[in-house]
Amino acid sequence: MNWLETLRRNKAMDPITAALYIVPAGIIVLIFRMIPIASAFVLSFFDVKMGRVRGFIGLAHYVRLFQDPTFFNSLGTTAYYVIGVVPASLFLSLFLAVLLNQKIKGLGFYRTIYFLPVVTSLVAISMVWKWIFHPRLGLLNFVFEKLGGNSLLWLEEPRGIFEMAAGGLGWEWWPEALSGPSLALVAVVIVAIWRGIGYNIVIFLAGLQNIPDQYYEAARIDGANTRGVFWRVTWPLLSPTTFYVMLSTTIVSFQVFTQIYLMTGPPVGGPMGTTKVIVYYLFEKGFDAGGNMGYASAVALILFGIILTLTLIQRRVVESRVYY
Amino acid sequence: MEQTSSLHDREMNAAYRVRRGLGRGGVYAGLIIGVILMIVPFWWMIATSLKSPIEILEFPPTWVPTGQFVQTDTGEWDEVYVVSRDADAGSVTVRPAAGGDQQILPEGAVQSRARLRFSNYVEAWNQAPFARYYFNTIFVTIFVVIGVLITSSLAAYAFARMRFWGRDNIFLVFLSMMMVPQPVYIVPSYIVLVKLGWIDTYQALIIPWLAHIFSIFLLRQHFKTIPNDLYDAAIIDGCSRFSFLWRIILPLSKATLVAVVIFTIVGTWNSFLWPLVMTNTPEVRPLQVGLARFSQEQGTSHELMMAAAAFSVAPLIVAYFFLQKQIIQSLATSGMKS
Repeated sequence: MNWLETLRRNKAMDPITAALYIVPAGIIVLIFRMIPIASAFVLSFFDVKMGRVRGFIGLAHYVRLFQDPTFFNSLGTTAYYVIGVVPASLFLSLFLAVLLNQKIKGLGFYRTIYFLPVVTSLVAISMVWKWIFHPRLGLLNFVFEKLGGNSLLWLEEPRGIFEMAAGGLGWEWWPEALSGPSLALVAVVIVAIWRGIGYNIVIFLAGLQNIPDQYYEAARIDGANTRGVFWRVTWPLLSPTTFYVMLSTTIVSFQVFTQIYLMTGPPVGGPMGTTKVIVYYLFEKGFDAGGNMGYASAVALILFGIILTLTLIQRRVVESRVYY
Repeated sequence: MEQTSSLHDREMNAAYRVRRGLGRGGVYAGLIIGVILMIVPFWWMIATSLKSPIEILEFPPTWVPTGQFVQTDTGEWDEVYVVSRDADAGSVTVRPAAGGDQQILPEGAVQSRARLRFSNYVEAWNQAPFARYYFNTIFVTIFVVIGVLITSSLAAYAFARMRFWGRDNIFLVFLSMMMVPQPVYIVPSYIVLVKLGWIDTYQALIIPWLAHIFSIFLLRQHFKTIPNDLYDAAIIDGCSRFSFLWRIILPLSKATLVAVVIFTIVGTWNSFLWPLVMTNTPEVRPLQVGLARFSQEQGTSHELMMAAAAFSVAPLIVAYFFLQKQIIQSLATSGMKS
């Protein structure tokens, strides 16, 4: 039984052989992931200018951060963005996925078209939409005028949408705190929804196709109508997918950067700073001449804290609320 | 009694069919509105990219690029630019596109015809070092794809089939790194690259991306499904551990490897924040950053910007139409990180 012996020895690998297989990936992950992530913590306590560490300054960055109204504005703007994107994207993609799940003809065609923007680079998409939103020559204002509406400034409009709505109703006064996200930010939100919808549709469609037909048949036999079937069968059975889509969209939305960088301004984050989101704020503080990389790292950690909290909530919720 | 019931049934059926028909119509109507909303921006990009600088300024805009033409004595159509229109006199002042003096012609002599200016693409291509940008992106993408395939297969093989101290803990650490979003570590990464002297080099765009944790994860999951008996049999036949990976496991994992290749290509081709931060000069600048630069420098030549956008997205979109099933599947899995 000598060969069995060899086999067994072969299976319990020595760590050196295993290390040879892991080292190529491991070194890269160590140098370009683990060390930078750990450094982000450390750097946030240091004064760092243009890539040079100049000295330990304790919590000074955090103190300054919490006194900086621009930081809170950028958090608020990001929150507006996330709240604008996530529910609308979820609703539209679920709606379209349910339509696509009706045993229709040409499913592949529709899916291909809806998914097309996902493959297209965000840079190109942002350029095209900036042109569509052009206040004088844009396609969107042309369509609006055709439909009897007024043309809008879109990406160049700093006023909040609620303030604009109140103005449209003829109200002379509206509380500034409730003016809402600027129309410029709403324009960026529209692009994000348009871009991400195809991805969410594909995920929802996979979730819908995982629901066994027997459940639908049983519900029909029990006399449920279409709406009843949706709310009593589809919605609860789809809930893990819905939570997944909701949180992944939220996490991605918190990191919005490219669209802001290309569509807004100049200066980026405009008009009047109403589209300056947290990652752009971080980018500006880290890489602009007057910035401080330690300060940017403090911003990065707060962003990370938010995203981590959301991920943990997701874990909790998914574990406790899966319906079957 | 029976008759009424069957009559009732038939009525019910008819009503049901009508409702169902309306429902079907509604389903398709919803889907087609969706398709139009998805397609129009692409149409608009291409239509704009084929217009003349003068046509760009027209409002209302034209859906199909159009030019104004005048028939010559020999029956050919020559393009002209309209300088002004005099509605009262019914005349149009035009300037020949080929050059020459302005002419005043009667309204009827000038005709609108579709005119696609492919020359915009050449002009946009030549206004910035796009050939260089293109080369840079392709060069970086090739290296990253090959590197990711090698490092991920090796690591995944170790995690899936070898037993060694701390295996699961190391794997968990890898997985937790995956959850940290790029903006969080971009600043310290910049400092690491400064220390290595790699800012504005190909290394900065390639080497940090040679390992891809999600690919390791995906391949490991697949390698685990390959039965142990196969391994035992191969070892008995004198197959080494490495040749087992190379000759047996990898050929059995083609679908997963294709998925890895696809999302690595798409991810590298479209990545923006990292190369924006890590490059300063056109020599190594990839296509997306070059395109963004071009867009910020152009300002008003929308037809050139749209042409540049179009030729920058063309390779992936063409590939997408041929391999849409694999691409959708690959990108859908790559998002399923949690």
